[in-house]
Amino acid sequence: MSRTLEPSGGTRTAARAGGDTDQFPVIFERSRPGRRAWSLPDAAVDAPALDDLIPAQHRRTTAPALPEVSELDLVRHYTRLSQRNWAIDVGPYPLGSCSMKYNPKIAEQAANLPGFASLHPFAGDELVQGALELLGILERSLCEATGMARLTFQPAAGAQGELTGLLMMRAFHESRGDKRTKVIIPDSAHGTNPASVSLAGYRAEEVRSDERGLVDVDALKQALDQETAGLMLTNPNTLGLFERDIKEIAAAVHEVGGLLYYDGANFNSIVGVVRPGDMGFDIVHMNLHKTFATPHGGGGPGSGPLAVSERLERFLPAPVLAPPAYEGDRWRWDHDRPDSIGRIHSFHGNFGINVRAYAYLRSLGPEGLRLVAERAVLNANYLKALIEEAFPTAYPGDCMHEFVSTAKSLRKKGVKAMDVAKRLIDLGYHPPTVYFPLVVDEALMVEPTETESKETIDGLAAALNQIAAEADTDPELVKAAPTSTPVRRPDEAKAARELRLRWSPE
Amino acid sequence: MPHTSKDVAEMLERAGFADVTALFAGIPQDLKLDRPLDVPEALAEPELSAHMADLASRSTGGRDLVCFAGGGAYDHHVPAAVAALAGRAEFATSYTPYQPELSQGVLQAVFEFQSLICEIYGMDVANASLYDGANALVEGVNLAVRATRRERVLVSNGIHPHYRQVLQTYTSGLGLEIVELSHGDDGVLDPAALDADGAAAVVVGYPNFFGRLEDVATISARAHEAGALVVCLTDPTAMGVLRSPGSMGADVAVGEGQSLGNLLSYGGPYVGLFATTLDLVRQVPGRIAGETLDADGRRAYVLTLQAREQHIRRAKATSNVCTNQTLMAIAAAVHLSWLGPEGLARLGEVCVRRTAAAAARLEEIPGCTVRFKGPHFKEIVVETPVEASSLVRSLAKRGVLAGPALGTWYPELDRCLLIAVTEKRDQADIDSLAEAIEKELAER
Repeated sequence: MSRTLEPSGGTRTAARAGGDTDQFPVIFERSRPGRRAWSLPDAAVDAPALDDLIPAQHRRTTAPALPEVSELDLVRHYTRLSQRNWAIDVGPYPLGSCSMKYNPKIAEQAANLPGFASLHPFAGDELVQGALELLGILERSLCEATGMARLTFQPAAGAQGELTGLLMMRAFHESRGDKRTKVIIPDSAHGTNPASVSLAGYRAEEVRSDERGLVDVDALKQALDQETAGLMLTNPNTLGLFERDIKEIAAAVHEVGGLLYYDGANFNSIVGVVRPGDMGFDIVHMNLHKTFATPHGGGGPGSGPLAVSERLERFLPAPVLAPPAYEGDRWRWDHDRPDSIGRIHSFHGNFGINVRAYAYLRSLGPEGLRLVAERAVLNANYLKALIEEAFPTAYPGDCMHEFVSTAKSLRKKGVKAMDVAKRLIDLGYHPPTVYFPLVVDEALMVEPTETESKETIDGLAAALNQIAAEADTDPELVKAAPTSTPVRRPDEAKAARELRLRWSPE
Repeated sequence: MPHTSKDVAEMLERAGFADVTALFAGIPQDLKLDRPLDVPEALAEPELSAHMADLASRSTGGRDLVCFAGGGAYDHHVPAAVAALAGRAEFATSYTPYQPELSQGVLQAVFEFQSLICEIYGMDVANASLYDGANALVEGVNLAVRATRRERVLVSNGIHPHYRQVLQTYTSGLGLEIVELSHGDDGVLDPAALDADGAAAVVVGYPNFFGRLEDVATISARAHEAGALVVCLTDPTAMGVLRSPGSMGADVAVGEGQSLGNLLSYGGPYVGLFATTLDLVRQVPGRIAGETLDADGRRAYVLTLQAREQHIRRAKATSNVCTNQTLMAIAAAVHLSWLGPEGLARLGEVCVRRTAAAAARLEEIPGCTVRFKGPHFKEIVVETPVEASSLVRSLAKRGVLAGPALGTWYPELDRCLLIAVTEKRDQADIDSLAEAIEKELAER
């Protein structure tokens, strides 16, 4: 298929033309003493020489061994590197739990407007009115979509939102003279949940999923007690199933005085359909880099705004945004927040990402937002129907925006979920998430997202079904994959055993 | 969304649903929203474009003013090549590199980033990024707490006040004892007064919030005698002219990477830099790319030492960080490669000498003085005859963005403001700044 990455992404050409080896060089290996890309002015001021301003005690004597390359070397190096990478703009990316949807170009353009991109974080409120108005409308819209009262934009990603929410949970209990020690999470939860719980000074207690793939409500009730600060839940959960007992769960948690935390990783599937606040949640983080279509940048940046119900509002990180109080008044940051848990980010969070999310929101409107959920759920269920004979889902029933299949039936021929993933690469698709959630054997977690077309999903299903057939007739073909990529099956054990974590000349 | 109505009908039928509402049958009916969300109506692209331009035009803060503002975010030049390369959609629209065969571009760029950060900081190992400078500092402290099994942390009050607030917030659930160390009249710590007994970490800035250079070497020696680690918050743009934290004995070097190829963007997305020594590698938070060989013996890169991380170790992970700031790290890598050793040295020299020129010029203004004497990198504290926060507001009306004013955090410095001078500010800009202050003071 034409979508596969070109082997070596152009390096072969370079090898012929420029004498590079088959190994793609690191930037340091392109270095030649005296070559340069930089262009900077002289100091051109009437000031003492550097050595008269900085005493020898502080002067660097050995220059760092940074590469010395021309600008064209630099441009070709990173352009070719980028070509050795999959991306949404290159092809389908059905990673479960990641909501890898199309990132609109208009949002990118908007974030780079000088009035946003060149704003200094210490510029006075009167100088950033457009930016604050944008954040104000975005806050109101996200609170409306989640059914919450207020939010903070400081968290730079979901995990930072989790910590912020858990610290607010702690502040809430402590304000009532209530010391609690544990937070309950389902066994299917994302790893950041227990990690954030520990960082907040709580103990994470897992409850198991039942045969439906949902929270075992009886087990949950047994775990709930006066030590319970709260429950963290993703709904729909990581299996792509809606926790239909959510009202009973919320009542039980609230009954013991606990709070409900909504992990917004899967918010994409319910936006405009049902709101976390209406389900009984008190605290909600959103992953704007998932639901609100901001680019994921190869691992970040994200943005993880945290919204809360009215009774938790006073604990939000300071400052919070204050809208104009009267006609002609200004937007401003309100720093006078005596009960705030404090600051969580150097400045105002990932503002540039919030601008992109705002542009996305404004491009959709209320009908468009609901359509996001409808089409995401439709695409997932359609794909599930096309492949469930070969890759049955781990739990019965309709899914939401994603589903978890198991590849365990291929094991009799020695083919694993990872082999399926690698073979899928050769057929022109980024693989689904594999081996997560941990509660499913040989898991393939698939999330097509709403921006993929029927033909793309038909093609992905055909590829998966082809692999299932190959696993039976020609398992070695599957196990030898991928063959179309610049490298194949890197030795991860060797990487961890013989640590090479930075370049050094040999 | 690409679906035609024919597509929708066929897909619903194949998946066994009567209609679209049936897709949500698993959600209890009484929970469902029975109305459209109350959010603004959709805008077509030309309308949206005009709307965004309108909002941007009403944010004049960084655009129409000459920027001398500092305090952890700086108006450095972003080379055109850096913006073009880091902005490539193949980097920007990719996910975390979990499938190495499809992610060699990001993985190698990150590996190069780690290598470059190690070079400038004089360290053995760097991670593939944290959220921002404050977050990197917190993670440095948490590493020291784990490595020493101590809970007392000494933090210079010459560390960015926001970073100290974030440290307080982040560690509030862990019961750490955070002790602030006061700077002297010269704006730096007195190493002889440092008592690090029982401390997990001593946290200092290089340069510090006042642009001054701490005696990190002596502080490190004293901290190590007491069994404490040194976390050194270091400006990466200074590393062409100032000593590396590694060469001065720091155990963890952390920093804000905004100055390396990233836009001001009202405070984010920036990137937290984090580097340490090899013996602490298993305590490092977040992602690390490593070099290995593939099945055919070719050099390849993978995410490695993942047993430290939340998706494997869960409640016992070194950190909860997952999504980070990879794209900003790639921009930093491209920027450092654009600079090379000579460019980084030039950048530092221009900052130091123009800052000195600004200091000299501002001291010509009656009543104005540089508060902390001694060497500075690219930032100075200027003491004025008036309350500084109102002065900062007035200067903006005169076309200059300065500050922040320091009184909020240091009441004794309520007539002081920060002035940062990057390679983008020349003598004419410095004169404009000085004249704006002169005029403002004359009219008061």
